[in-house]
Amino acid sequence: MKTLIRVGIAGYGAYVPMYRLKAAEVNRMWGTSGEPVEEKAVVALDEDTVTIAVECARQAVRRSGVDPAKIGAVYVGTESKPYAVKPSGTIVAEAIGATPSVSTADMEFACKAGTEAMQTCIGLVGSGMQKYAMGIGADTAQGKPMDALEYTAACGGAAFLFGPADESVAELEASYSFVTDTPDFWRRPKEMYPRHGNRFTGEPAYFKHITGAGNALLAETGYKPTDFKWAVFHQPNAKFPINVAKMLGFGMDQINPGLVSPVVGNTYAGSSPLGLAATLDVAEPGDRIFMVSYGSGAGSDAFVWKVRDPIKHRRGGPKVKAYIDRKRYVDYATYLRHRGQIIA
Amino acid sequence: MRKVAVAGIGFTKVGEPWERNVKELFAEAASAAMKDAAHTEVEQLYVANMMGAHLQGQISMGALMAEAIGRPGLPAVRIEAGQASGGVAFHEGVKAVASGLNDWVLVGGVEKMSDLLPEAVTTALAGAEEQEYTAYTGVTKTGLSAILHRLYSHEYGATPEEIGWFAARGHDNAVGVAHAQFPFKLSIERVMASPMEADPIRMMECAAVADGAAAVLLGPADKVANGIEVAASAVATDHLSLAARKNPLTLEAVRKAGAKAYEVAKVKPKDIDVLEVTDDTTIDGVLSLEDLGFAEKGRGAKLVAQGHTARTGEIPTNNFGGLKARGNPVGATGLYQIAETVIQLRGKAGANQVPDARIGMAQSMAGVGSTCSVAILRRV
Repeated sequence: MKTLIRVGIAGYGAYVPMYRLKAAEVNRMWGTSGEPVEEKAVVALDEDTVTIAVECARQAVRRSGVDPAKIGAVYVGTESKPYAVKPSGTIVAEAIGATPSVSTADMEFACKAGTEAMQTCIGLVGSGMQKYAMGIGADTAQGKPMDALEYTAACGGAAFLFGPADESVAELEASYSFVTDTPDFWRRPKEMYPRHGNRFTGEPAYFKHITGAGNALLAETGYKPTDFKWAVFHQPNAKFPINVAKMLGFGMDQINPGLVSPVVGNTYAGSSPLGLAATLDVAEPGDRIFMVSYGSGAGSDAFVWKVRDPIKHRRGGPKVKAYIDRKRYVDYATYLRHRGQIIA
Repeated sequence: MRKVAVAGIGFTKVGEPWERNVKELFAEAASAAMKDAAHTEVEQLYVANMMGAHLQGQISMGALMAEAIGRPGLPAVRIEAGQASGGVAFHEGVKAVASGLNDWVLVGGVEKMSDLLPEAVTTALAGAEEQEYTAYTGVTKTGLSAILHRLYSHEYGATPEEIGWFAARGHDNAVGVAHAQFPFKLSIERVMASPMEADPIRMMECAAVADGAAAVLLGPADKVANGIEVAASAVATDHLSLAARKNPLTLEAVRKAGAKAYEVAKVKPKDIDVLEVTDDTTIDGVLSLEDLGFAEKGRGAKLVAQGHTARTGEIPTNNFGGLKARGNPVGATGLYQIAETVIQLRGKAGANQVPDARIGMAQSMAGVGSTCSVAILRRV
């Protein structure tokens, strides 16, 4: 898919909470021996998806230099919105000063909600309806105690402010979305934790959709994996993104900067956006970035970004690595308290 | 009694075919068996399946599979004998042809486990144990094998590595096998470093959840050109509960079925050129080797560790990977074993061929030995 008007990223921001829970601590608790990631990011007591989204969005606005009043849309992609009914997007839009001349909504598509918000913003800017639009992926993902997801379900996010390509840090060259009805992971209303189909979440879900979207976009653009300096894939654990990169023909050198799941966990709707932010942190003008998200249910959004000159001057403030390095470990009980899983 | 021959074999690749159901898997294997035999006439269908009633909520598997192969109306019945369903269904098919009641009998097995969550599959597998006495305690099949593993090590001084070698040997034989679930090598180091499943049995010592179907077409030996003859087929049972057995380290059902098969076929363990045994866990494989007479009691693990059961050893065992590496789609497994034995006796096993294999044995076992079937096949 290509836009009528050329679109780019005017500014981007990311946020990872300070607290970490080690896989070893989960193993200590349950007498297990899993290690899908080393550790995962955990919110503080006063943080939630909205505070994460606001942190990301403020950094994106600051870096872009755009007057927030000119932002015509704020979409928050998440599966852990604080309110069942009441948009997270309105709080974020208000906090960054984009109200009232703004369209906002919350997007839900499991781990793909963030890139879905981005894709929607690209449509608004690419059609000329808005000059600037903000797409955010942020989550405080839930993992049931003793479930495999407890190791990985993490907190964090990233925001991307879209605007005219000529003033952007990275231009969108093309995108593609690939969706089927695949029930690999879900959470019913009023349930605290999602359920999943174990190994069904792998080959017929994650791998099928990422390779489906990735290969289609490569075919559409005529690019080969070697045409890209960097690549970013959805990161539910440490292993899957490495394997899917290999399947699509990408190497470790290309995915390394954006591969944050081993030390952050799976930030769900924030996952591939956070990987893109970490990659933009190190990219040089002229670099091409390949990106494919994945959301259960299921689907993938694929993007080709071309980094532009202004990147050099628009990545001030803490980088993703700084957020990752800034950490404080919590034990299992403290983790439960931070996640509201102990009912006092 | 008439002599019976295997006229054709067929099977699907073992794995996780997410987009195919039990009917499709069964039909693929059955069609392949009829094509292999170049014979499509079938008078009776036996369907081996252990857990369809629990996992798919499906009974009447016989009629369903008759329909699946495009033969509604065919006499058909499901045979369930726990994890030995495939071997026992083969035995019933052999009886039907040997007795003269039927000429052409199709015996197919199918199991689809990957659609369900592990808890459901584990519970269904534990259904092979006595509910009122054993299964209700929550013990799993692997847990019961772990008890035998501990007792075996205690009684005979076997090390965990020696027993663990059973898994590594299976994987050696699965390399490059197109129908195997895990067609790659697995070092003993990786086996022993894998997470504990039921102490002291590790994850890489256990067969995984798998889907698959296998089928054989049986006919009277005098009507099957180039057939592989069924020299013997025997079935025996034992107390379900380990606690009720005189010596849990002797699998009486295995011993009895083996002894009967040897007697009927007029052969001894040393005459067996290729062997397929049940290694749902490593210790199951070790005990099976011993109770079939291939190793002295207490020596089985050492023989495996030393390489005697490798394809190039004296007792080429699980020559396409066994339950661990070829895979264990439970109800179909016994028929995979028969089919693989036939491939060896035909001399068509390619890189996996045991030179000049003439006599083969396939042993299928339920639970920790409550039912056992043993078939001896012979190239004539």
